Amino acid sequence: MTTEAPLLQMRGITKRFPGVIANEDVDFDLHGGEVHTLLGENGAGKSTLMKILFGLYQPDEGEVLLRGKPIDITSPSEAIAARIGMVHQHFMLVPTLTVAENVALGIKSKRGMLTDLDSVSERIREISDSHGLAVDPSVEVWRLSVGERQRIEIVKALFRDAELLVLDEPTAVLTPQEVDDLFVILRRMTDEGRGLIFISHKLHEVMSLSDRITVLRNGRVTGQTVPSETSREQLAQMMVGRAVRLTPDKPDVKAGDVRLKVRGLTVRGDRGTKAVDNIDLDVYGGEILGVAGVSGNGQRELAEVIAGLREPEGTCTIELDGTSLVGADTRTRRDRGLSYVPEERMRDGAIGDFTVSENMILVDHGGERFSRSGLLNFGAIKDHCTELVQRYAVKTPGIDTPTSSLSGGNIQKVIMARELTAEPHLLIASQPTRGVDIGSAEYIHERLVEQRSRGTATLLISEDLDEVIGLSDRIAVMFDGRVVGIVDSADATREGIGLLMAGVLA
Amino acid sequence: MKRLVGAAVPLLAALFAFLFGAIMLLAIGANPWDGLVAIVDGAYGDGDALATTAVKAMPLILVGAGITIAFRASVVNIGGEGQIVAGALLSTVVALALPDLPALILIPMVLLAGLIGGGIAGAVPGALKAYASVNEILSTIMLNLVMVQLMNYLLRGPLIDPIEVERGTRIPQTERLSDNAAMPTLIDGTRLHLGVVIAILAAIIAYIVLWRTPLGFRLRAVGHSPEAARAAGIKVKRHVTYALSISGSLGGLAGALLVFGSEGQRMVTDGSSAGFTGSAGFNGIVAALFGALHPLWTIPSAFLFGGLLTGATNMQRVLQVPAALAVALNGLVVIFVISSDPVRSRIDRFLSSRGELNETLKSEKPVDNQEIDA
Repeated sequence: MTTEAPLLQMRGITKRFPGVIANEDVDFDLHGGEVHTLLGENGAGKSTLMKILFGLYQPDEGEVLLRGKPIDITSPSEAIAARIGMVHQHFMLVPTLTVAENVALGIKSKRGMLTDLDSVSERIREISDSHGLAVDPSVEVWRLSVGERQRIEIVKALFRDAELLVLDEPTAVLTPQEVDDLFVILRRMTDEGRGLIFISHKLHEVMSLSDRITVLRNGRVTGQTVPSETSREQLAQMMVGRAVRLTPDKPDVKAGDVRLKVRGLTVRGDRGTKAVDNIDLDVYGGEILGVAGVSGNGQRELAEVIAGLREPEGTCTIELDGTSLVGADTRTRRDRGLSYVPEERMRDGAIGDFTVSENMILVDHGGERFSRSGLLNFGAIKDHCTELVQRYAVKTPGIDTPTSSLSGGNIQKVIMARELTAEPHLLIASQPTRGVDIGSAEYIHERLVEQRSRGTATLLISEDLDEVIGLSDRIAVMFDGRVVGIVDSADATREGIGLLMAGVLA
Repeated sequence: MKRLVGAAVPLLAALFAFLFGAIMLLAIGANPWDGLVAIVDGAYGDGDALATTAVKAMPLILVGAGITIAFRASVVNIGGEGQIVAGALLSTVVALALPDLPALILIPMVLLAGLIGGGIAGAVPGALKAYASVNEILSTIMLNLVMVQLMNYLLRGPLIDPIEVERGTRIPQTERLSDNAAMPTLIDGTRLHLGVVIAILAAIIAYIVLWRTPLGFRLRAVGHSPEAARAAGIKVKRHVTYALSISGSLGGLAGALLVFGSEGQRMVTDGSSAGFTGSAGFNGIVAALFGALHPLWTIPSAFLFGGLLTGATNMQRVLQVPAALAVALNGLVVIFVISSDPVRSRIDRFLSSRGELNETLKSEKPVDNQEIDA
């Protein structure tokens, strides 16, 4: 591995877009048999570099060497011919077709005009067996779980005999157990001498899987290291450019009375099945109750039913500070002290076409503070929003900027600013830092801890286990609509919660 | 810069439409330049022409402003015709019932009756959409038909002018309504009346409501993102109903002004809704689109289309060409405006938020009871 030329060398890659330098003098190399992680925040230049490798962009400067020889890749088909494979974050599969048909898509059949599915299925079985993928080529894709679909993407790459495989955030949708299974498969692939480029921002995964790590920030390489010589904090620092607290200090707060009391709550999901199944929960003042679970196990429905956006089924108890919320609409619940940071930021949390200030008053616009004798009081609105932009460190050209032009982290800060100025008694925060840059995430975490000190009862719903464990006082794990366990965060381990999330101990 | 482009697009579209119109004139052997002169002359040539144009523009301004309000809340209102008729009928009934009230009281009352009549005609499809997911495009169109029949029944029966019955001519029209309800003429010797001013004021108020009041804020929030609005505690269903009610009430106001600004000072029809409205309920949509669905831009846009309507009559007289040509010209402008890029992307955005609104309204329905376990 050391003597022969590396599988891939990208040297001095520079790529400019109007007004932005996406990659500046980036060096990146990959040997056969290793996992080289590309780490960086959104917009750091990871995707641009990989798109250059895959022939979707041409570099302005620099060269790409494959197996020691300079190569000019001008299209994805050339990349595939050069045995470069890509597993996309969003699966490129046709749900109504079978696995074999999906794999055969875009491959020239050996039988000319006729399809060649039998031999394709045969190869898929071979690949599946030799890599422990457990993929059945005759099943339609829509029947498969997310983890299985991902394995098909890997089969597709292996089918084309990719020697160099790019995995773009492959773990984003997987349970911790599925992630472990995936890593075993990936290791088997490197054992065969293939080289993997792993793109992720989940630091613990990066630490456990990588042989080498290259960190990008603002299009430049800010560090190259190996897991044994670094830590998650150091990696985060390289990504952000300053020291970052991954888990905020939590002052001791004496838990108050029960603020949110839920008993016997059952909710139907959009498909009519029970999304939440007979749940009991208590959240105390000054407490953050984390809700962990793989996406789609009822967390969204739980948040929505408490926020008044979804009807519960049958008789149940939902009480805030001893007053029942059942049957009350969202407005009433908000008036009683509920604040809600929704999971789907751009759909439920903020209006993209509205300005920053319009989104900041989305809840409160009708109150005395912002309207006078039937007209909006623009003076008061401007003062309030200018102050919020400053206080919540929202990076925006102004309060009249369309919200959709802000970054995800800043949009989330706008939403947090709005929801927290209401001084809530109960805060539901769903995936508060998903897709948010580390700096903003750190800031949002501090604000959540601040609410805890204020005595707010916080229901923190998150798929990010580090976030849940780092912030919560207690952690409720949801699986298949039920709370399968509530653990004290002091006793919580990733492994223990991971097993609960997979329903193993349920 | 962006605003300039926004203003240039409809004008360019109009230019192209006129070029096409010129070709059509050539094709039937008329001189296009003479045609243009006849239209402009007939529409804006002298005080009389301007007054007629303004009166033609009046209902277009009102219906157009109503369309923009509905549009901002992501609902469509094709029910302008029916809402005009509803407003006209209710205000007529008020004037018939209380003919002796002084003008200072009667005029506000008939205007209010117009607003209420049109508002009801808008509230029905609004509530059906909000609470029963009934497609408002269909329901407003169908309500147009219902209102025509109601108008024909009333004007041929209970409200018919007794003289028409006596003479046996039975023209479907009311008796001459109280002069105390007549719109005061603004310039003697022309047809320009107070109704035009009221229409312009109403469009300005529509603008203020949309962008300066909490109600308008909520309507726009619902229009842009019903899910985000709902999560913020805004009552989406109620505001969908409001949007169509307000939109309808502006049409109803147009109906009242058509009756009390008419020379005959009575409500009259030929059995079709256009016989009374002059198709203002549909042309108002065109004016709103041409005005980029902004209530203030609807005002000049309505004057342009009002001018086209009066100018076409003049062209017909001067060049001896069919008036249908003007209708075609009208249609051409619409086609060019709608197919221009900025307007298309705006309509695309509208359609996607309308789809989102429909989803939201449906998802607010209670759960399906069938699937509940015993």
